[in-house]
Amino acid sequence: MLKDIFHKKKQRYATLTSQDVAERLGRTRTAPDVSVPEGLMSKCKRCGEMTFTKELEKNLKICPKCEYHFPLTAAERLTMTFDEGRYFEYDAGMTAVDPLEFPDYQEKIKREQTKSGVNEAVVTAEGTIGGYPVIIGAMDSTYFMGSMGSVVGEKITRAIEMAQSKKYPFIIFTASGGARMQEGIFSLMQMAKTSAALARFSDAGGLYIAVNTYPTTGGVTASFSMLGDLNIAEPGALIGFAGRRIIEQTIRQKLPDDFQTAEFLLKHGMLDMVVNRKAMRQSLATILELHGGGFRGE
Amino acid sequence: MEVASVANDLQFEQPLLELKKKIEELRKFSEQSGLDFTDEIRKLEEKAQGLANNIYGELSAWQRTQIARHADRPTTLDYIRGMCSDFLELHGDRAFGDDMAIVGGIAKLGNMPVTVIGHQKGHDTKENIARRWGMPQPEGYRKALRLMKQAEKFGRPVVCFIDTPGAYPGIASEERGIGEAIARNLIEMAALRTPIVCVITGEGGSGGALALGVGDRVYMLENTVYGVISPEAGAALLWKDASQGQRAAEAFKITASHVYKFGLIDGIIEEPKGGAHKDQAATIAAVKEQVLAALHELLEIPADVLIEQRYQKYKKMGHYAE
Repeated sequence: MLKDIFHKKKQRYATLTSQDVAERLGRTRTAPDVSVPEGLMSKCKRCGEMTFTKELEKNLKICPKCEYHFPLTAAERLTMTFDEGRYFEYDAGMTAVDPLEFPDYQEKIKREQTKSGVNEAVVTAEGTIGGYPVIIGAMDSTYFMGSMGSVVGEKITRAIEMAQSKKYPFIIFTASGGARMQEGIFSLMQMAKTSAALARFSDAGGLYIAVNTYPTTGGVTASFSMLGDLNIAEPGALIGFAGRRIIEQTIRQKLPDDFQTAEFLLKHGMLDMVVNRKAMRQSLATILELHGGGFRGE
Repeated sequence: MEVASVANDLQFEQPLLELKKKIEELRKFSEQSGLDFTDEIRKLEEKAQGLANNIYGELSAWQRTQIARHADRPTTLDYIRGMCSDFLELHGDRAFGDDMAIVGGIAKLGNMPVTVIGHQKGHDTKENIARRWGMPQPEGYRKALRLMKQAEKFGRPVVCFIDTPGAYPGIASEERGIGEAIARNLIEMAALRTPIVCVITGEGGSGGALALGVGDRVYMLENTVYGVISPEAGAALLWKDASQGQRAAEAFKITASHVYKFGLIDGIIEEPKGGAHKDQAATIAAVKEQVLAALHELLEIPADVLIEQRYQKYKKMGHYAE
């Protein structure tokens, strides 16, 4: 509810521990987690602010102090984006296999599933935004870093095809560390596959909106995340192709502080706009309205 | 010359090279001394043959990676000049600059005008610095795309030569949208209304390779590799140890025979024994033959059918359970 967004939180201070202070000053990274009951409070990754998890959730998981956008699960994203939080999920049962017989991959899949409670790194679903029917793919970085293997590529490709056949627009929320290493060359090919689906979708007149959220890197940045008719990002989102460390090692120089942030990309002409999560739903609804629902008329 | 060739030899070839040297010495000695060593030389040559079969017959993924990166392998310009006539190199992306890590232009292949594009590594350090070891920045991919669209307009087929460790990781690359540049090529190549034939001639390094690698036919030379990440970087990422490249090369299954078995490429072009660098002319001729054969087939197909088939081919890639 809108009221809740502006809900004042009660404790504004007295939550800083010495470790927090030290960490903020950049003196140490070894500080143990503060001893609060697990799940009750959440700590902002950027400013260190402790917020009651319930309040944070009411605030769409945006730090009330510094506006840091906490990563969302796919379910959280879809619930907050679709009208009344209602949607119909596609291909919910699709799961990864191990085409390379890669060491430890199958065990890792099980561990990631247990840890995150989801079975793959993207959820594709149909619903409405502002009354306009739309198909959304929401990636989930809590599962396997949101990495793209065959399942992610296939689900997104099918969602795009579905959008094309229903003449609905397609929206993706990216959150991915890039290609899934354990599926090797198959992961790489998902970049070509999803892009090929988008080529047809675009030719058919479909509106495609790519919303880049934290983090969007590697093979996802080099495919569908940058191919929107509109490329949007959440504030502060990390978006880049090569990893920061790899670049630093290659060029042996320090990178600017805002390097590979949404704001950096906006400045360099790679994004149409940066939209705060609180305004995202309304912005998407407006875009859909401006496109007459999101599919070019015959 | 001798020194250079020794420096470029690969470690696993050493026993064979030493034996060949020994045979050569014996032959010289035989000539100078007038003594007859014919039998001995014949025996040693048989042994060398057996050794060569052993060494080159069962190359590991890591050994093939080394051959794929060999400094004396033919580069894109070598292929273009060896396969085509009237090559006209065209420069620039019309927006920022001319990236020498990718070369391209128009040439005649057989009697047919074609657009040729490829990653370009250098033949020496100086050239490699200018060409960033074949690691393109965004303007390289945008130049490639400009040439592809030009080919589409004039109904020329496109031939791409792929040989890169990957796109260049740097500030400039990110500032000018390396991700977008690669992505744009993928989406445009998927729907380009003219035949595209791609040949991986060395290293097929991740997205930087794929950005020239969406085609109706994709071939790999026998000793090339194609992967989502270089073995060294993969090892660093997964096992925190870049020196485990050998283990990673096996695990990632990056060789031509693996990728072919996976159904992700259309064929393997054989190389001379020991690798493309042992006989550049023969390698280039083999590539030319394969590309021509593919083009003759593809040029018969109407554009709509061609891009539909291209789509269906990529759509099938991937394994999952449901």
